[in-house]
Amino acid sequence: MNISDWLTLRIEIALAVFILLQLIIKIFDLIRSNETWLRLNIAITFLIVLLGFTGNDSGSLFGGMFISTSFIIIEKTILAFATLLVLMQSYNWLKHHQHTPEFFMLLLTALLGMFLMLSANNILLFYLGLEMATIPVAALANFDLDKQRSSEAGMKMILSSAFSSGMLLFGISIFYGITGTLTISSWQEILRPGGLEVLALIFIMTGFGFKISLVPFHLWTADVYEGSPVSITAFLSVVSKGAVSFALARFLFNGVIMMQEFWVEILFLLSIITMTVGNLFAMRQTNIKRFLAFSTVAQAGYILLGLAGDPVNAPTSVVYFILVYMFSNLAALGVVEIVSFATQKEDLDDYKGFYNSNKKLAIVLMLALFSLAGIPPTAGFFGKLFLFTSGIHSASVVWLLFASLNLVVSLYYYMRLVRMMFSENNEKPLASIQSPLLSNIALIICSAGILFIGIFGGLYDYLHQLAK
Amino acid sequence: MNTILSIVPIQYYIILSAILFSIGVMGVLTRSNAIIIFMSVEIMLNSVNLLLAAFSTYHNDAAGQIFVFFIMAVAAAEVAVGLAIIVMIYRNINTIDIYNLNKLKG
Repeated sequence: MNISDWLTLRIEIALAVFILLQLIIKIFDLIRSNETWLRLNIAITFLIVLLGFTGNDSGSLFGGMFISTSFIIIEKTILAFATLLVLMQSYNWLKHHQHTPEFFMLLLTALLGMFLMLSANNILLFYLGLEMATIPVAALANFDLDKQRSSEAGMKMILSSAFSSGMLLFGISIFYGITGTLTISSWQEILRPGGLEVLALIFIMTGFGFKISLVPFHLWTADVYEGSPVSITAFLSVVSKGAVSFALARFLFNGVIMMQEFWVEILFLLSIITMTVGNLFAMRQTNIKRFLAFSTVAQAGYILLGLAGDPVNAPTSVVYFILVYMFSNLAALGVVEIVSFATQKEDLDDYKGFYNSNKKLAIVLMLALFSLAGIPPTAGFFGKLFLFTSGIHSASVVWLLFASLNLVVSLYYYMRLVRMMFSENNEKPLASIQSPLLSNIALIICSAGILFIGIFGGLYDYLHQLAK
Repeated sequence: MNTILSIVPIQYYIILSAILFSIGVMGVLTRSNAIIIFMSVEIMLNSVNLLLAAFSTYHNDAAGQIFVFFIMAVAAAEVAVGLAIIVMIYRNINTIDIYNLNKLKG
């Protein structure tokens, strides 16, 4: 262990230092203005994103507990970038909130937990990172303290996450009993398909299923997404989900790769019911946040399809998809956030005739929905394409058929919203909304991402190179 | 190494913790009081702790027992946040029965 190994830990150290510094600043009440807090934190998150591009990338620390490769650093940078966009979009809401400083500390702590989880090569560190990434988010879901729906969301979040970590831990403890070690990478030499191993794997997949909200473990998702403040919904649906998807990919390909035949079967079953149920429920929603919640449930099904690939293509396609999905979902939720802050309206019907009153916001939302549906010129198409090409490696024909059918079904409800915005009349149309500069910048970045990421084909090759 | 396990074999620990785990899961699924649900989650986590400690002795490896400490600490943190949220629920709706949490549905 030398200095250059410690540099692989630079992102985590910087983040931890900033969190503690903010705590001290808060205790001594050095910064009073919410706007200053917000600017400070945007600067910090931007710095974290930049740190990802500097210095040494690969190495291991603490006796192999913490490992880092260029690929993991890229994953972390994507998550930090998504957090940056979420912070920029929450300007309106945080400007007048009573507890703004605490918001940043909790949010950055969750981010730190995700970073540790991604770098963990020891299941203990992995578990600590996972909990560190979920407990603060439950507190954040309850952040509008005077609203009943917010505390209800927090309650549902903490109960389901506690239950799911219990499931996960039971599986982990059985794996520990079989192998006698907590190091994930040495599991792959010992674990072979057998009765006890399969039982443990099912418990662990249940735990992961709760965290990425796969059907039938998705029941908390829509409630939590609807009840939380919109910024937290964005954080949950993009950053938390992305982090757990990356971690699942790493766990499956590093820890239990020898049981691949078996876990592909589990992914197959979970994936087809996740896609189908997510799409069918998304159709009958009337609230736009619930609508987007079920749309993210359906997207998780496609992620599972991508995971059924070989050890290089599967993580690459998942990372690429999460990058694309980050831009699309944050664009959609950014518009929802601006609208719901200005008018308190969150129903789908309120978006009828949206184009007549707010042309720019309507176009951004339309781009986001096109990308989520996977229509060709947008990045969403390429994200789905790479997931499918990766999945072909070991997915059955039935699985691919289900996925394609679900893509067609999802077009219906995404396009229904687009049609409502552009060609239906509303008796009580939304007022013309002025959005703040920071939210506008975030929306412009997202739209640029949606339009250009797919066309620059080099990005996938670059990720693919790193994953080898 | 296995003097303890020669008195009570490892299978017994596994069976006991499986039973405890099931009791915990049943509690989470059937109870309606939020605090009792948290108690049931604690039972689930404690069954895992028992299993880890038993396997740790079985393999003669201390890592499992260290894991137990961390699980206890994390469970405490989880319950701290959970109880704070229960207080918020109580302030808002004057009950902690989860069947009254029905404002969000669709």
